[in-house]
Amino acid sequence: MIKLAHGSGGEKTRELIEKLFLPAFKNPILEKLEDSGRLNGIAITIDGYTVKPIFFRGGDIGKLSITGTVNDLAVCGARPKAIAVSIIVEDGFPTEKLEKIVSSMAKISREVNAPIVTGDFKVVSKGEIDEIFIITSGIGEIFYPSLGADRVSAGDRIIVSGPIGDHSLAIMGERYEVELPQGFESDCAPILKLVEAITQVGGIKWMRDPTRGGLAAALNELAKAINKEILIYEDSVPFRKEVLNFCEIFGFDPYHLASEGRFIAVVDKEKSEKILSELTKFPEGKNAAIIGEVREKSKGRVIVKTKFGGLRLLDPPTGELLPRIC
Amino acid sequence: MLGEKLKNIKVKRHLRFMEVCGTHTVNICRFGLRNLFPEEVELRSGPGCPVCVTPASAIKIGIDLALKNDKFVITTYGDMMKVPGPNGTLADAKAKGGKVFSVYSITEALSLAEKNEDLKVIFLAVGFETTAPASAWAIKEAKLKNIKNFFLLSFHKLVPPAMELLASEGTLDGFLCPGHVSTIIGTEVYKNIARKYKIPCVISGFEAEDIIFAMIKLIEMAENEAYDVFNAYKRAVKKEGNKVAQGLLNEVFEEVDSEWRGIGVIPKSGLDIKEEYADFDAKIAFNIEKEDIPENPACKCGEVLKGYIYPYECPLFGKSCIPEHPIGPCMISSEGSCAAYYRYGGRLKDD
Amino acid sequence: MCLAVPHKVVEINGKEAITELGGIKKKTRLDLLEDVKVGDFVLVHAGFAIEKLNPEEAREILDAWREIEEHQS
Ligand code: SF4
Ligand code: SF4
Repeated sequence: MIKLAHGSGGEKTRELIEKLFLPAFKNPILEKLEDSGRLNGIAITIDGYTVKPIFFRGGDIGKLSITGTVNDLAVCGARPKAIAVSIIVEDGFPTEKLEKIVSSMAKISREVNAPIVTGDFKVVSKGEIDEIFIITSGIGEIFYPSLGADRVSAGDRIIVSGPIGDHSLAIMGERYEVELPQGFESDCAPILKLVEAITQVGGIKWMRDPTRGGLAAALNELAKAINKEILIYEDSVPFRKEVLNFCEIFGFDPYHLASEGRFIAVVDKEKSEKILSELTKFPEGKNAAIIGEVREKSKGRVIVKTKFGGLRLLDPPTGELLPRIC
Repeated sequence: MLGEKLKNIKVKRHLRFMEVCGTHTVNICRFGLRNLFPEEVELRSGPGCPVCVTPASAIKIGIDLALKNDKFVITTYGDMMKVPGPNGTLADAKAKGGKVFSVYSITEALSLAEKNEDLKVIFLAVGFETTAPASAWAIKEAKLKNIKNFFLLSFHKLVPPAMELLASEGTLDGFLCPGHVSTIIGTEVYKNIARKYKIPCVISGFEAEDIIFAMIKLIEMAENEAYDVFNAYKRAVKKEGNKVAQGLLNEVFEEVDSEWRGIGVIPKSGLDIKEEYADFDAKIAFNIEKEDIPENPACKCGEVLKGYIYPYECPLFGKSCIPEHPIGPCMISSEGSCAAYYRYGGRLKDD
Repeated sequence: MCLAVPHKVVEINGKEAITELGGIKKKTRLDLLEDVKVGDFVLVHAGFAIEKLNPEEAREILDAWREIEEHQS
């Protein structure tokens, strides 16, 4: 039976991909399980958006749907060229809301120079879906082809482009009725400029945007793919204090929170400082940090070195994020 | 440094302590404190996780109710959602279309009932003395506001009776007592246990320094045969505890014999709703019968919870039993002993 | 065993308060405590303040530690 957890980007999602989709659709491009499929100099990607609430601090489902797609292309070293969208709304959905969402989509699409060239719109009976779903597909031109988990080797450094988890907090803050500080926003934004800048430096081997499942999901996926150990220095991970405090209150693991405008890059050790300094030139990259390294150990797992010097296994998220009493 | 101080204490004999509370287990692992204990001192993990000790039958009751009637809504703390029972987890029941919601606070469940008179909102309540007063409050509030569609399914448990059971076995030399349970029950309860079973008790906070300090104190008391209680968490724990919360518990609940998963029935260790508030008792409203559900015989949770063995001594630990596929309850809750050892465990060597 | 985090009370309306931990403000019930004031620090568990923190005792670890030192020297 399919459960919510199967769609959460965690271990269950991976299981379903490995057991159902991969065998059924078997082909060498899909098998790489990257954010976009890459073939002959182009990359193609698709994603469905069902975020609740549809308007949140720092964005809405429209902004998210275009951003997510262009970011999926960017982490595959591709510049978006064109976007296709499908919008499904529930009977009775307010026109003003739809207008707002569409204008956010248009804005981001212009910003990254990726026109929305085709689309589809459907209305379903009330209750069949929750307000609105958006499915976005993008096609991009690959400008940095030398990416892939197979290029990652021991000694490589792990970089994140900024604080992680702000998007989840902006979303979950509403669900848990917390009041966030003035100006706290989702990180939802295109990352293309930053990716372009660091690819100029070179030495980048693998990139991923830590969306659903957060750092924990992305890093575990990489560790399993390369069958090596990833060590994360807890002190260096740039979580914002609001994110950490929110997690402490409700019992969430900050490594499981999602970002929609950040990326993880695994880079050559020699180039890591230069790449970091490129990133920090951008306002959205000013908190970028080297957070860990790849280690030569034949165990596909992620270890966190805690502030107290202890070691902890970072397991992949196993489903929905749930608040805890203990 | 405090840590070195602890490490260098000369201990005359082997001492076996127990941390009762799961948060202590996690923090001891997380802060890597085990390396700081003198060699003769061992600290075993106890039954201090309300999730781990909630019987499998509780999960089944919740699932069955959720699937029986689409007007029934099961609400519970997030911790309970993924605990496996004989017919799956509450999260599974949700996937099958049952109305199951996890909440951060029982107040959410109460307002759900208030806003949806056509639904019957059942709160599956777990937790120790720290959590139970909120349940007592919710029942009183429901009565006050005449909310007739809110019900509590109480699996609340009390910590001291379990400690007494473990102390009576005579294998322990001291207890690291749970800080947050103590904010409610105060310090005197432990004094009785300490005297009766000749076992020192130290109430500890949750920071690394708190725990180290409490351990130093515990070793000192054990060595001096000081069978008493020491409050090392005075900033939060008062001698008399939280009188308002105690009053609420007494008003709404009565002490009953209660089953602890993996341990068995412990006399007077659970809380059931008093007759006066029977209208809000889900066990009565929905005619719930107690059911015995055998555990997977290979799971050694009972022995882990009683401190007989360390989690890694269970043959399934880290093999067929891991957090993604838990066999026993101790592997599920993030504060469960097996999960804590698995995630932070001594098995991770930084070589 | 029971997650409880210190929050600062920033606003009180009857038995409901707004409490804050480092920029995160949320609703907290005060039904389990008497005479809580704005500015107090409380331990919050599952949405309820379960105890006031006593600022004078906050340095207890350090003080007690000093005591041990003196005791032994
Ligand atoms: S779930 Fe966590 S806090 Fe609760 S009893 Fe288990 S270990 Fe302790
Ligand atoms: S490792 Fe698993 S099976 Fe063994 S005692 Fe722990 S929970 Fe039970």
